[in-house]
Amino acid sequence: MRARVFVTLKPSVFDPQGKTIVDALHSLGYGGVEDVRQGKYFELELTAESSEKARSMASEVADKLLANPVIESYRIEVG
Amino acid sequence: MRFAVVVFPGSNCDHDAYHAAKEVLGQEAEFVWHKETDLRGADAVILPGGFSHGDYLRTGAIARFSPVMDAVKRFAAAGGPVLGICNGFQILLEAGLLPGAMLRNRGLKFLCAHVHARVEQTDTPFTLACRPQQVLRMPIAHGEGNYFTTPEGLRTLQENRQIVFRYVDPSGHVTEDANPNGSLESIAGICNERRNVVGLMPHPERACELSLGSEDGLVLFESVMAAHASGALAAAGSASA
Repeated sequence: MRARVFVTLKPSVFDPQGKTIVDALHSLGYGGVEDVRQGKYFELELTAESSEKARSMASEVADKLLANPVIESYRIEVG
Repeated sequence: MRFAVVVFPGSNCDHDAYHAAKEVLGQEAEFVWHKETDLRGADAVILPGGFSHGDYLRTGAIARFSPVMDAVKRFAAAGGPVLGICNGFQILLEAGLLPGAMLRNRGLKFLCAHVHARVEQTDTPFTLACRPQQVLRMPIAHGEGNYFTTPEGLRTLQENRQIVFRYVDPSGHVTEDANPNGSLESIAGICNERRNVVGLMPHPERACELSLGSEDGLVLFESVMAAHASGALAAAGSASA
């Protein structure tokens, strides 16, 4: 079973990379791009009996290693 | 006095720390591989700079799970002095031995330069030989040194006087220009509540000889040696055996 984990900086945390990307887009003429937040994307292949168990395993892995709770939050998609 | 220098895959300031402790200060020093589970009777532990595990995922995120970190946690819990330099500081943050997290430098560039750091607290084992507000000139070399914590976290750091080093200009003033990486409150280094675990981004071990441009970093080593000599660290040292 596959789980996808999206890790992003919390809204209160400044994202220097996202800021640089949005500045670059503005200089390319994309004034309509108001903001960019850069994050990380993980694809996990899991051995799990149900999508609930897969989600719970992905969540445990994200809490333990993939995300740093001081600065990041995450979202999981299963299936 | 016996220093343990922990070596992670990708550490690259381990030899600098070893050299400072052993050759410059004439103390005992030993490398401890990250797979080891005890610190071999060390009186002080140094987590050195470098790029442990290639800085993959986040700086220090994978090193914190190395077997040796359980021993470092026990050593710290017993009051033993632990110094995290640069990547070592990042590992201490990820391991939860120090509060907060590191973000990418404000200007995104990897910074390699000499900076000035002011000693804000002299009641830690690594700063007790410093003069209050002493300004130390030491090099930095990092891409992720932009210290961050929550507003509540910052309040706690201030109330407990856990901000140990701040970036300043050469005359000792905190200015926006003197903050190389965008760190909150110009924080260059902090300690834990108990004050025995200290982390900083500047490299004292690379500033221990005039031939390297500065010997201001010596005072951190001299401090912990003085703490050891006073017997204040005796209880912690036995915990590592």
